[in-house]
Parts: sequence; structure tokens; C-alpha cells
Amino acid sequence: MSDATLSSPSTTATPRNIPDRLHRRGARALKSWEFLLALVAVAIFVINCFASPYFLDPWNLSDATFNFTELGFIAFPMAMLIIAGEIDLSVASIIAITSTLMGAAAAAGAGVGLLVAIGLGTGLICGAFNALMVTGFGLPSIVVTIGTMSLYRGFSYIILGSNAYTDYPAGLAYFGQGYVFWVFSFELVLFVALAIAFAILLHATRFGRAVYAIGNNPVGARFSGIRTGRIKAILFLLTGLLSGVAAICLTSRLGSTRPSIAFGWELQVVTMTVLGGVSILGGSGSILGVVLAALVIGLVTFGFGLLNVPGIVMSIFIGLLLIGVIALPRLYARLKPRVAARRG
Amino acid sequence: MTALPPATSLSHAETDAANAPPVLALDGIGKSFPGVRALDGVALELYPGEVTALVGENGAGKSTIVKILTGIYQPDGGTIRLDGQEVRFPSAADAARAGVTAIHQETVLFDELTVAENIFLGHAPRGPLGLIDWRKMRQEAGAILTRIGASLDPGAKLSDLGIASKHLVAIARALSIDARVVIMDEPTAALSHKEIHELYALVDRLKAEGKAILFISHKFDEIFRIADRWTVFRDGRHVGSGRMRDVTEAQLVQMMVGRAVDQIFPERTPAPGPRVMQVEGLSHPTEFDDVTFDLHEGEILGFYGLVGAGRSELMQCLFGISRPSAGACRIGEVDLAARGAAGAIGQAIGQGIVYVPEDRGKQGAIKGLPIFQNVTLPSLGRTSRSGFLRLAEEFALARTYCERLDLRAASLDQDIANLSGGNQQKVVIAKWLATKPRVIILDEPTKGIDIGSKAAVHAFMAELAAEGLAVIMVSSEIPEIMGMSDRAIVMREGRIAARLDRAEMSPEVLVRAAAGIAADAKAAPLATEEPA
Amino acid sequence: MSRHLKSREALLLLAIVVMTGAIALRFPAFIAPLNLIGTFTDTSPLIILALGEMVVILCRCIDLSVAANLALAGMIAAMLDVAGVPLPLIILAAVAAGALVGAINGVLVWKLDIPPIVVTLGTMTIARGMIFVLSGGKWINDQALSGAFKGFPRAVVLGLPVLAWIAIAVVLVFVVLIRATPLGRAFFAVGGNPNAAVYTGIDVGRTQFWAFTLSGALAGLAGYLWISRYAVAYVDIANGFELDVVAACVIGGISIAGGAGSVAGAFLGALFLGITKNALPVIGVSPFWQMAISGAAILAAVAINARESRRPGRIILKSVEQTALEART
Repeated sequence: MSDATLSSPSTTATPRNIPDRLHRRGARALKSWEFLLALVAVAIFVINCFASPYFLDPWNLSDATFNFTELGFIAFPMAMLIIAGEIDLSVASIIAITSTLMGAAAAAGAGVGLLVAIGLGTGLICGAFNALMVTGFGLPSIVVTIGTMSLYRGFSYIILGSNAYTDYPAGLAYFGQGYVFWVFSFELVLFVALAIAFAILLHATRFGRAVYAIGNNPVGARFSGIRTGRIKAILFLLTGLLSGVAAICLTSRLGSTRPSIAFGWELQVVTMTVLGGVSILGGSGSILGVVLAALVIGLVTFGFGLLNVPGIVMSIFIGLLLIGVIALPRLYARLKPRVAARRG
Repeated sequence: MTALPPATSLSHAETDAANAPPVLALDGIGKSFPGVRALDGVALELYPGEVTALVGENGAGKSTIVKILTGIYQPDGGTIRLDGQEVRFPSAADAARAGVTAIHQETVLFDELTVAENIFLGHAPRGPLGLIDWRKMRQEAGAILTRIGASLDPGAKLSDLGIASKHLVAIARALSIDARVVIMDEPTAALSHKEIHELYALVDRLKAEGKAILFISHKFDEIFRIADRWTVFRDGRHVGSGRMRDVTEAQLVQMMVGRAVDQIFPERTPAPGPRVMQVEGLSHPTEFDDVTFDLHEGEILGFYGLVGAGRSELMQCLFGISRPSAGACRIGEVDLAARGAAGAIGQAIGQGIVYVPEDRGKQGAIKGLPIFQNVTLPSLGRTSRSGFLRLAEEFALARTYCERLDLRAASLDQDIANLSGGNQQKVVIAKWLATKPRVIILDEPTKGIDIGSKAAVHAFMAELAAEGLAVIMVSSEIPEIMGMSDRAIVMREGRIAARLDRAEMSPEVLVRAAAGIAADAKAAPLATEEPA
Repeated sequence: MSRHLKSREALLLLAIVVMTGAIALRFPAFIAPLNLIGTFTDTSPLIILALGEMVVILCRCIDLSVAANLALAGMIAAMLDVAGVPLPLIILAAVAAGALVGAINGVLVWKLDIPPIVVTLGTMTIARGMIFVLSGGKWINDQALSGAFKGFPRAVVLGLPVLAWIAIAVVLVFVVLIRATPLGRAFFAVGGNPNAAVYTGIDVGRTQFWAFTLSGALAGLAGYLWISRYAVAYVDIANGFELDVVAACVIGGISIAGGAGSVAGAFLGALFLGITKNALPVIGVSPFWQMAISGAAILAAVAINARESRRPGRIILKSVEQTALEART
């Protein structure tokens, strides 16, 4: 290989060594969103410790994890979907239809195994329909999933009306109420397992790299040989599947199904994802951030609960947190030059 | 720094010899962005009834000065004088009110609105109560369109018009303001031969009306055709100004780049090897028809034509972006035209055909991803094990090709968006070389990159051909086609208009074939290609 | 305007007429004047909100906070009424409260460049929380509200309730605003091509700010109307209604990508949803079908609009261009 001929005339002719990285990864991590979130989580943890003597009880803490585990299941694939530049607002409605069909099957005498299969299958089918509409017909995902959000939950209302399914086989209770070991619930263990699995999928595989590429430049990704439609379709399927998983756990935990089950969860999941540092415009974000955001939301909910603050008031805090975490860095970046100019 | 050519010394001394004082005079204008000093105390004067050409490389500060003149940016310092009075343009509306108007590089129009509204948006005629008077607006729009000789319906929706008509709307918009200063930012970039001449006629008319015109262009023939004065910017600084009659093309180029550049292309001794690709009767429902050619190892095949002749569409079809309706594209034993739509691009890459697109920002560089990830994106199959990434191998692969292309970057982990256009192009080329292709298609490979990087890309192309790669180069620049290609195919309106050997190529033949001007013998379609 | 736009709205109007006609064939009572007036009156809040949402969507934004904003303004109105404030002041306060929330949305989008979906998701939750804080979680119901407060929207003028007249007035104001004011045209410019809008002297952020403020003010107005009509105020009023509002816009052909849409479209979209909602009990279908039907309508609308707007490529070949031109004329 000859290097000399390639240099541009205006510069010296020696080939240059380009370093892999300028900054150590550790230095970069300290400035990262995830680090900030971790600090917030620790701060809330400490505040909670002082605020309530009941906080540090292991069983109380274990109870607190139910505030975020089911949302978290969906938040992982949702994070990937948003990174790829799409969104799925139908997830809560998928829970509703899934839970309703499970209830109907249970009423007809289905066993636990069949119920789980129906739960996963319904989630997959709903995800597949979203995928077909978005990647098959090329429609914008935000509108499509607002439509299927009405459609899926609408089926629930058609089936159930103002009734509820409350008879589930005893064996189903394990998924939402069982403990794997000591205070570690099945849901918490599943949450950790899924977090690890999705972190690997997003950060360490070709598939994950393609997701980032699509989110940053869908046309460029296609022109690089990436099958963007297929990858987006898989993400919608994953989101549907995990919504099915969340539906199984939630149904098991509540032991009943109404059409209004998980109402408004889609926005909570998106909030969790955005709080976790996933850019709503696509292209960036990490699973670790989503996990930390889940912890922050869980700790805040739990802390307020111990202080007997109603859940609706806590939503003010979550709303402020969502806007604040995005607004503050931008506000700071905007004010910094002015402050510096005044000093100088 | 290289000494400036003598032309600069006459900047101000000679101008006042002739006529009126400048309508618009900028002095000491500066503008900084984080990390970049885009303009550093530049001066510019525009005279009534004269065309001033603003010349400079990409990044010289031309678009910044246009944005300052039209009120989009605020200068950090310096003065703008209109008729000797110091003025400021805090917004685009203020600039328009002062009579400064611009026809922009990208057509800045609105597809969903009508022609009349596109012309008058922001300064529509108002009736009683301050409401928009649509009838008057349509009438006035019609009057302006007639004045520039455009037969367009003011009530038509813009999305129903073609590119050339849209351009006329943009011009009408500029004239709807009672403008004294008209800025034309590369107005001919997307126009055909005929439309360009219509534009020249329009410029002459505007001159006759006494308007001061700032004309920004990369095409020297154009500048010498219509400009009266010149101003050169380089790296955000004012290099010189003067009258066109006192300057030569070589002098302008030297001022632009700050050194003498000989437009010499790399010496090559073409030695075409065996055939790698055979395209036969390839057709597309709407974009091109019956395209047949062979491609050999070690040759550079040029594709010349006017903008919109179907060259990019043909290349994208070869690469699998779109599907042909008929014909074959054989590489080795495989007919890529027979493949299904899904994964067609992946198959093309697998067979060794790669495509460096013209629209680097949209189709080439994946901004937001670091350099090394851009390079390895199509090669992840090699740098990963059963789907899992191996960063060390990715860095190694990226380093090999980035250093070979002499990439200028702080690190391989740097976002590609922070590189200059030329360096981004190098990363995109590196990305495709890393797949070890047999055929590389370069679509306008040096469009919009600085002269230094241009030479590097040309040298590199020659080297690739020498190594046995088959190169297809789509270019709209005649010197590039003539300097680089062993053979050239000229396309017009989606069909092959001429096939030329190196000896047969001349600017005249190329232009005639591309424009469809009646044939002299050489430009006629030659059936020289032997059957397979 | 263009043939396309007109045909899109004509199609929707046709669908509404056919649907109403089909129902009337079997259930003539459905098109009895009183029932039609009732249906229109029921749909009035949705029409008002859909017009506000329309200008936001025209600017390439989305406002998910309208329903929560409506509930907050409604609660404020109800509390002021309980405190004995005169009605005109109450209405003014409700509109102002709504406009304030809208303006906050607008400022966050304009000055801090935060994606609208995130901003309004946040203000939606915050507004719901604020209702709880203001009311202490209590309901304000029928008996607590004054007669004037409840009576105004129901008062019948020239055969129509005031609520319906207000919706008609808002529609007319919007026709003028959208068609004949610089701000109205700026909404299209900002959504159609934000970069170009800057060059025509339009401030993109400021225009988006006004869109959100308008949407908020209308949500405030609808808040008072809603509470007075249903004579009850509590935290969960109009929960999830933001999606009906977005649905009305999508069905009405307002492009979610910005820059395309019309007042007639948003109006008809809202009317379509309102008529289906009111028709279900008449034709003996459980009202629980409503949600699925509007979901299916959204999907159908977006699919139809997408097909209309899909344009062919460059069309370089002469012969093809010719046939394409002939086909169009």
C-alpha cells in the first residue's frame, strides 16, 4: 500500500496516526447522563432513609420494586424502538387486550401454561400488526400506534364492557406475587435478567449497532446495506412480546382484569425511557440509563408512598423531573456563555 | 502565506473611476461560531446595475455572508451601509424591508402552499382589518410571473410543479420585494442548459433595472459570462476585489486556494483486465431505459450527463436501492437484476458492488455515529463473532482504511458530523473499501469538497484502478470526466446518448451528447461495444 | 386551495353523510332535528379542542396536554364559581389558565428546544397533579355549582344551545385566522418547511409558541364548558381525551408531519367521531365499541392520506412523463 500519493498537497506528506479514542472511557462516563441519574438515585435513596424509618426494611424495599418492574419490561424494547426513531404508544393497550384474552381463556378453564402462551402470543400478534402498518405500509409509527392504542383497548371494552375477569388459576399467581429467593421476587429477577439481555442486545451485537445507525440516519443505514424495515419490525415484535410479558405479570399480581387495566402506562413507559437519557429524536440512549430511571421512579414512588403522599401528587414530581432533566442541561448551556461574558 | 497576485492591488483604487457609489457596502464584518471563525473582518461592495461575483472555496464564508445580508445571522462586528447609511438587519423581515433579497441555494419554498403564496409569504398584500387580500395577491403574483416570462398559474399548488418551475417561483419571490440588492446563491446548480440561459437573460434584465446583484457560483465560465466585478473570500477573509476584465481564471483560482493549483489529474496507464460486470438492457419503469455496458477490472468508466439524466438512478439500481423492470446486471455468475427486493443491497455488497452516494449528508455519512462505526457498518459480518461485536477488530479495520485515505481526525471515536465535507467523504469511501469490493461506484465524488481533498480523491481513484478495482465515476464536471475516465458514457433523459473512448472525448462532444444537440459524427451513439 | 385537499375533506364529508343516511334509514329518529342538535352539542368540546390541536400539529408539534389542561381549567372554573366569582370572570379565568399552560408548553419548545411530545407529556402529568393539589382530591358536583354557571352553555339561542354556538364561533374565527392572517399562514410555513420559514422572516419558535398558547386557551375554554355541561369537576375529568383530539385531527387529514391540513378537516374529523359516539346507542350497539371504532378510523385515515401523498420519483423518461401527465389531466 502506498501512502505518500494520497496526502493532499496542502499538508505534510507523512501518514498520520489517528488514535482510537481521545478520552479514557472512565472520564467520559463521569460526564454521562447515566452518572447523573445514578447520583440522583443515590440522593433519593439517602433522603428516603432519613425521611422514614421503614424505608430500609428489605421487604419494604422488595415491595417497592413492583413500582417499576412491569413498566421496565416494556421500557427496554421501547428504548431500542425510540433509538431506532420509532415509538409504540399502544403498549398499555396491548396489556389490556392480552390480559382480557387471558381472562377469557381462564374463564373457559385454561391452565397456567396455556395462559402464558396466550399472553405471549397476543403480545406478539399485536406487535406484528404494528410492524406491518409501520414497516409494511410505511405509515408514521406515532399515528399508527395511537390508532392501535384505541383499537386494542377497544377490543377489551367490547369483550368486557364494565365487567371484570377475576378467576385465575392459583398457579398464575407466581409470576406477579412469587419470590425466587428471600426478598427477590420473580418480577425483580426477571427485570434484572431482561436488563442484562437487552443491554447485550443493544450494546454488544450487530443488531444493536444497526439500531443506532437507523436512528441516526435511516437512509444512510439503508445505503449501507442494513435491512432497516426488518430491524424495525423485529423491534415492534419485541415491544409487543414484552408487553405480553408485562401483561402476564400484572394480571397475576392484580388477580383481575378490567378494560382499564394499565391505563396511561404507555406515557409512563415513555417517561421512563426519556428520563433514562434516550433521545426522543432517536439515535442515542442506553439500557443502563433506562434501568437507573426505573430505579429513580421506583424510589420516588416508594418514598412518597411512605410519607403518605397520594400517587397523583407524585405525578407532578415525575412530570417536573421529565421536563427538568432535559431542560436544565439546555438552560445551563444557554446561560453559560452569558455568565462568562458578564464576568469577562 | 503565498503572495497575492497583482489583481488584488487594484481593489478600491480602480472602482471609483467609473460610476456610482455602492448601494451596499460591508466593512470589517466578523462572525464566529463555537470553535469556528466563519468571517474575519470581510469587506464587500455591491454597485447598482452591476453583477458582483463572490468566489471562494467551500468554507470560505460565502453562505455566512449571505445569511448576514438576509438577516438570518447577526455579525459580531463591522458595518453594513446601505446608500452610505449604516443599517442593521435584526431579522429576515428587516433585510427584506431594506430591499435586500436572495434566491437561495436550496429552493426555500413550501410544497403545500400555492405559487402565489410562495411568492408573497411574509409580505402578503393586506386588505381591511389587516387580513390577507388573496385576490390582490394572485393578481400581483401573476404580474410578476409574466414579467419574468414564466407561464405559471398563481393558484397552482407548488408540489405539482417541476424543479425548473419551482426555481422560477423562487425568482419571482425575490422580485416580489421591491429589491435593490438581489443575491443569487448558486442559482444554476439544479438547472438545465436551457434554463441557465433563461436565467442569464433575467440577470441582464435586472441589471438594466439598476439592481445590484451578488452572484455566487462555482462555475468560472458562468462568472466570466455575466459578472462585472469579483470578490474573493478565503477561510473567512477578504482576499481581493476588482473588475472582471482585469482578472484571469487562473488568478481567481490562485486567490481562492492561496496557491497555484495546476488542474492536472494523476498520470495513469490504463490496463483494463477481464470483464467484471455486464449490464444488459437494464430498464426502470420511470427513470432509465435499455442501458447496456461492460465494466472491466482496472478501468475508470465515467458517466457524464446533465443533472437529472438518470445517472444516479441507474447507479442506485445497480446497487439494489431500486428494482429494474427489465434487463440483467451480471457480476461473475450472478444476475443481480433477478434478485428479490428484500436484501438486494446486501447482495450487491456481497457480490462486491458498492456505491458512494452523491448526497453525502443524507445517504453516505451516518452522523451521530463515530468514525470507526461508520467505517465498519457494512463489514460487521467480518468484525463480529456470531452477532457479537469485537471493538478491537473494528478499530483495527477502521484504522487501516482511514490512514490509507489520509483522514484528518482527532480520533476514530469522533463523531463523523464534526469532520469537514472532504474528510466525511474519505470516511464514506473507507467504509466501502473495507468491504473489499470489485466494483466501486462513485457518484459525484468531489462535489462540494475543497480543492485539496479533490486532488486526494482523484489520486486515490487512480490508485484503486491500478490495483485492479473497476471504478464507475458519475460526474457533471467535464474536466473531471476527461481527466479521470478511460471511457465515458453520456446519458440523456434516461438513455445512453453516447459512448466515448478517451481519444474521442472533448468538451464539445460531451456537451452536445448530453444536451441532445444534433449530432456531429462523434457524438452519435456508437455501437462499439462487442457482444458478450 | 388544492384539488387534493378538497377531495380529502369531500371524502370525509361523504363518509359522514353516508353513515348518517344509513343509520337514518333504519332509525329515522337519529336525524330528528333535536337529536342532530344534541349530537352536535355533544361534539362541541371535541371540535374546539381539535382546532387548537390542529394548529399545533400544523407546526410539526403535538399537544398531549389538552385533556389535562381542560380538566385543570375546569376545576379552577368550578372552584371560582363555588367562591362566588361572577361568570364572565370565571370564563376569562378558565381561558387564561388554559392559555398559561399552553404558553408554558410553548416556551419550553421555543426557548429550550425540547421535543413537544416530551414537554406536553410532562405538563399533562403535572396538570393532573395540580388538580388534585387544588381540589384536595375532592369532587365538586352539581349542588355546589351555581345555576348561572351550569345554565349558560345550555341556554338556547335561535334553536341552538350556547355551547353549540360557541363551537360554531370558534370554527369561524379559525377559518379567518388560518386563511387570512399572517399567523395562520405562518403555521403552514413552519410545519411545511421550517428552514425556509426562517428565510421568509418567520420565527419558527415564536409561531410554535402561539400554536401551543392557542391550543391551551381553547382547552381552557373547553374546560369551563365541559364542567358546566356535565356539572361535575374532579381529577380524572376527560382522562385520555387528548387521544380523541389527536384522532379527530388525523381522521380530518391533518398531516402529523406538519404543514398540511385545514379547518374543515379538523371540524369534520371531530364531527365523525362525535356522530359515531352518538349513533352507537341509537343503533343498539354497546357504547363500548366506540374506542375500537375510533382506533380503526384513525388507521384507515392515516393509510388513505399516506397513499394520496405518496408521489412518484423524478420521472426522467420522456414517454413515461407524457403518460403520467395525460393520466393527471
